[in-house]
This record gives sequence, structure tokens and C-alpha cells, in this order.
Amino acid sequence: MSELTLIGGLWGLLVLVSLSTYIWRAGGVLIAARIDPTGPLSQWFTCVAYGMLAGLISRIMLMPIGILEQTPLADRLAALGIGFVLFFLFKRQLLPGTLGATAVFLILTTLRAKGVI
Amino acid sequence: MVLASMMGYGSLARDSGLSFGVSVVSTATVWGLPGQVAFAELFAVGAPVLAIMVASSMANLRFLPMSLSMLPLFRGDSQAWRWRYILVAIMSINTWALTLRHGPSMTQDQRFPYYLGLCIVCMTAGLAGTALGYHLAASFPFYVTVSLIYLNPVYFVFLFSGVRHRNCILALMFGAVLGPLFHLISPEWGLPFCGVIAGSAAYWIDKRMAPLKGDGETP
Repeated sequence: MSELTLIGGLWGLLVLVSLSTYIWRAGGVLIAARIDPTGPLSQWFTCVAYGMLAGLISRIMLMPIGILEQTPLADRLAALGIGFVLFFLFKRQLLPGTLGATAVFLILTTLRAKGVI
Repeated sequence: MVLASMMGYGSLARDSGLSFGVSVVSTATVWGLPGQVAFAELFAVGAPVLAIMVASSMANLRFLPMSLSMLPLFRGDSQAWRWRYILVAIMSINTWALTLRHGPSMTQDQRFPYYLGLCIVCMTAGLAGTALGYHLAASFPFYVTVSLIYLNPVYFVFLFSGVRHRNCILALMFGAVLGPLFHLISPEWGLPFCGVIAGSAAYWIDKRMAPLKGDGETP
């Protein structure tokens, strides 16, 4: 990859990637300084942020990119389902749901890797 | 939690051929797992520099509405406001969600130290996790690495299950349905469109529904 040497190697790439991420954060600051913090526009942006995050996480769960893609959808959803059961059993606490789901997922992928299921 | 999911990233980064220094520094400077994962994985397949930049940038577009909705909390504190460009640089989904939930009930001068403390803990855990993951990567079997990566979205599912405001809950529900659908249409632009449409629909529907009793001011 000759392009990479042109921009200063891996570190140069990291600087570019970091800056291209930071522009969104800085953009938020610029707009935030100009709008009414309690106004409807600010509330709308909060809704957009939640919409985007929910979309991102649901996409990662259902159609992951990268190594999660190599795991069956059924495993990801079954683990999440058990997580939800624990979440509600423990009065909507974050930790039992998260750890429970991850533990179930780990067990399922381990069993698959060992050829048990 | 952050430690464990960044361990997943650390081991992924090593497999992708990133150096140790770049892996750890990228956790601090990009500070958003989807963008970092895009960076590591695209680098591994030898994608062009511009493509890596665009992909990791798009994966982190969410930081725009996030920093916008969080900053008003710090506006009344002139000391915090002076640091606003730093505040947003160290913001993660985690610190954002917790600050939006607990910040409004604090006084102006309590929010800055709370947020800073939260960010320092998360950042330290993230950096330690990346370093640990990088060094342990070789000894991790596939199912451990993949479970550490899985931990991250699962954690956020439950973090958001605790959200109380009706317009935010609606936005989360619409977003969760639209996210995958829009991704099928356009992997690059699906997410911003999903956010705008889900967020606008939630905002609009909430305004038209009867006001909830006891529903406080939206964060």
C-alpha cells in the first residue's frame, strides 16, 4: 500500500482517522453554542441521537460486520433473550442482563467451536 | 465493561496487523468502538486510505447529535464550557448516556466533576483493556474474542432499556427497527438517515400524544 507511506505510515493514518471522527464531535459543539438548550431543536437532536444509537446497536446485533458475523444469528438473539429475562428478574438492573447474555453467548460459541452443537 | 470490550478490540487490532502503539492510541483518539473496528478491519484487508477515513468517520457520525444534546448541561458552568471541545473528545456512548440520565438532577457545578470522573474511569479502562487484549490476543481462542466484542452491543441494549423519557423511548424503538432496514439500503448513509427519521418520528408522535403525568423535562 504505497498510499500509506505517503501519509506517514500507520501513525499518519491514525491521525487522519481520529480527525475524521473528531469533526462530528466538534460540529456538535459549534451547533450547541447556537441553539436554545431547552428548546424543541435541542430535544429533537436528542431524539435523533437515540434513534441513531438504537439503529446502530440493532444493526450490530442483527447484521454485524467483522468477526461477529461469523456467529449464528440464533446465538446472538438467544443470548440477548436470556439477558432480558435476567434483566427483568433483577428489577431492571444493567449488570445481570449484560453479563448473563454475554455468558450465554460465550457458552454457545464455545460449544460450537468444540463441535458439541 | 469498557475494559472487557476494549480487550476484544485490542485482540482484533493485533490480528489486523496494527502496531501496539497505534492500537492503544486509537482507543484514546477515536474513542468509539464501531469506528475503531472499521479502522482495524479495513486496514487488515488493505482498503484505500480514503475509504478507511470515510468508513470510520461515518461509523462515528452519531457523535454529532450526541455532543449537541449533552453540551447544554454544561452551559451554565463557565469553567466546563471553556473545556467544551475537550469534553466532547472524551465522550463515549457510556458517559453520554449516564450524564444525560443523572446530569439534569445535579447542580451546574456538580456536573463537570461527575462527567470528568466518569470519562477518566472509562478512558483508563479502555486503554488498559486495549493493551491487555493486544498482549493476550494470541492466547485467546476465537470464541473468547468474539464474546468480548459481543459484550459491547449487549451492554448498550440494557443501558438503553433504562431510558425513561417517552420521546427517547420511541426514538429507540423506531431506530432499532429502522437501523437494520436502512443498512440494507445503504451501509454508509443508512445510519444517519435512520437516526433523523426515527428521531423526528419519535419527537413528532410524542408531541401529539397526551402529555404524560410526571414526565419531567426532556434531557
